Amino acid sequence: MTQHKRSHHKLKRAVAPYLYLSPSLLIIGLLMLLPMVTVIGYSFQNSAVLRRDPSFAGLKHYQAIFNDPVFWASLWHTLYFTCMSVIFHMTIGMVFALMLNSDRINPTLRNILRVLYILPWLFTAVIIAVIWRLLLEPNGVVNSILMQIGIIGSKVEWFSSPATALHAVTFANIWAGYPLFMVSLLAGLQGIPKDFYEAADIDGAKAYQKLIFITIPQLMPIIISISLLDFIWTMQVFPLIWITTGGGPIYSTEVLSTYTYKLAFSSYNLSQASASAVVILLISLGLTLFYIRYQKAR
Amino acid sequence: MTFRIKPAMLKIAAAAWLLGATGAMADTTLEFTQWWEPELPAGSLRAIMDDFEAANPGIKVTLVSGPYATTRDQISVGAATGTLSDVVGLDGAWVNNLNAQNALADMNPMMDAGGFDKSQVADIIKVDGKAVMFPVASFVYPVFVNLDLAAQAGVTKLPSTRAEFLEAAKKMTKADKNQYGWVLPLSLQTPSGVQNDMMSWVWASGQSMMANGKPDLEGRPVVDMLTFVKSLNDAGTISPGIATKTEQEKVEEFVNDRVGMMIDSLAHVNLIRKRNPKLNFDLIPVPVVENYTGKRGLPYASWGIGISAASKHQEEAWKLVQYVMSEKVNAKLVSLANAFPGNVNAKPDFVTSDKAFGKAFEIFKTGYLANEFTGLPVAEDLMTQFDVQAQKMLAGEQSPEQAAAAAQKGWMAKF
Repeated sequence: MTQHKRSHHKLKRAVAPYLYLSPSLLIIGLLMLLPMVTVIGYSFQNSAVLRRDPSFAGLKHYQAIFNDPVFWASLWHTLYFTCMSVIFHMTIGMVFALMLNSDRINPTLRNILRVLYILPWLFTAVIIAVIWRLLLEPNGVVNSILMQIGIIGSKVEWFSSPATALHAVTFANIWAGYPLFMVSLLAGLQGIPKDFYEAADIDGAKAYQKLIFITIPQLMPIIISISLLDFIWTMQVFPLIWITTGGGPIYSTEVLSTYTYKLAFSSYNLSQASASAVVILLISLGLTLFYIRYQKAR
Repeated sequence: MTFRIKPAMLKIAAAAWLLGATGAMADTTLEFTQWWEPELPAGSLRAIMDDFEAANPGIKVTLVSGPYATTRDQISVGAATGTLSDVVGLDGAWVNNLNAQNALADMNPMMDAGGFDKSQVADIIKVDGKAVMFPVASFVYPVFVNLDLAAQAGVTKLPSTRAEFLEAAKKMTKADKNQYGWVLPLSLQTPSGVQNDMMSWVWASGQSMMANGKPDLEGRPVVDMLTFVKSLNDAGTISPGIATKTEQEKVEEFVNDRVGMMIDSLAHVNLIRKRNPKLNFDLIPVPVVENYTGKRGLPYASWGIGISAASKHQEEAWKLVQYVMSEKVNAKLVSLANAFPGNVNAKPDFVTSDKAFGKAFEIFKTGYLANEFTGLPVAEDLMTQFDVQAQKMLAGEQSPEQAAAAAQKGWMAKF
């Protein structure tokens, strides 16, 4: 009896944590796991969603997208768009954070710059897309200024020319996303003890040496965490590209998200769209696992 | 006496409760999904539904309204899951897919059973012989001409043929002043420019992009149209930014005196006037090929109506469809929407009160409605495919013949 009571107590202790976790597990299961599993299921069906009795398709839809040159172009554009965005987000964010953290800048000016630099973060993707469409349209302000100062000789169709469209949307995304890095790095900079810099001053270290040997190593955990998160988020950017170029001209700004959207809502090929979505999921999953391992290692 | 009445009253009350509980006496509530309500003056569609309810006691209508794109997605999902509303607002571009899902009811038996006068409706959209949609309101697409720009450019006679259009566009183009003869929106975000601004040239001359129910993009009509569009582009008469330009931007450029001519929906007349009250413009039919004297096809987009195959209230739904298509109600609805009627006898009031609409109504009456994308499978996808090939052609990557051949190959895969 005593032993029975003890084992009952043990069982209760073992179950208790799961009972506490159950509400969030239920929500995650319903809102994340279930849709994910459903989409994976769709990717193996013929006429998923559109028919009430879909048949099993095996890997047919995966084969179809892997044989589609537009899919590979989209993958390449996604990688270019993401890598360039993350690199420039980090660089610009770092420069602005250092500027805002510097004692050499007048505090009033610093406060004004702080507000100005953070502005892009306050706009939604739709507003950002509209702003850049207006600025970069052939008769827009950017062309006018560049022509006046003699950098370009004729109007450039930034979003409408296959040669410039991908760079233009990447530029707009860089502008929209650097404040996240700036704010995070600024918080990190303010947490670096002043003693390190004083010791470096005594040793006669120059500004760039302090940056390389103190600031960047101290910020490294933040840089890696934010870069990984930014990589995952940027890979899935949809509204900015959709509103500025719609994936065009031709396929020059087609990324995985617009490719999947068109399959689903233009071609109504929801099975193939699901297969494409699963590919995005796998890439994101890989990055997420990398991020989790990095966090654990720390 | 009192003793006798009491059980009788109890019986009546019990019967009424029973009927109510079983639904026999309950009102039938029809669900009507559409995107029209947000596009009409506030409360006007509800008022029409209230009138319907008053004329048909026992039937209530619940309006499920949203923007066009949301409604489209909602209807696709509803069709797949068998939860489509009883009555649905339809775009001709959707009906083939919905029919493939067996989501739309065939209205032929309903028309036959009730002795419906088919001659009163402008069109009945049929797929596989099934009558699945009536166009309720049609938004035609004539050419809008900025008369001031035309006069300044020395264009005295408004173009009637493609050659005249090219000449007029050339004269109106002054690139150094950001002024162009024509505007062509080919954004892949909404590829409807293929239908409204490109294929409209084919239909205007009584030609077709189809042959025997299959795409015929390599035929002369489409290749000639592509060649014509290319010639406009080569002459520098098209406002730049074609590949990402949307319909809204097209209208914006016209409103701001930046383009001389555009093909656009008549529904935008009031918007254009509101945005620029001083704009002096006129409407003309889409110009035709040389020596063509036949009836002109008039491109249009429509608000269509259909009944869900899964509806349990098809009889009541048919009453609502008939009501919306009836002469007076249809005239009222299209007057509110600035559209042309789905009932041939209905005459919207704006055609007599407004000169521009009156002119468009004349164009409408002398031509015929033409939109070959209506009823085609994955119509939007077909437009996207054609759009990409047209963009390649305009970028100088291929000839009109190659563009047509590539689009034909893509389209055939969908048929």
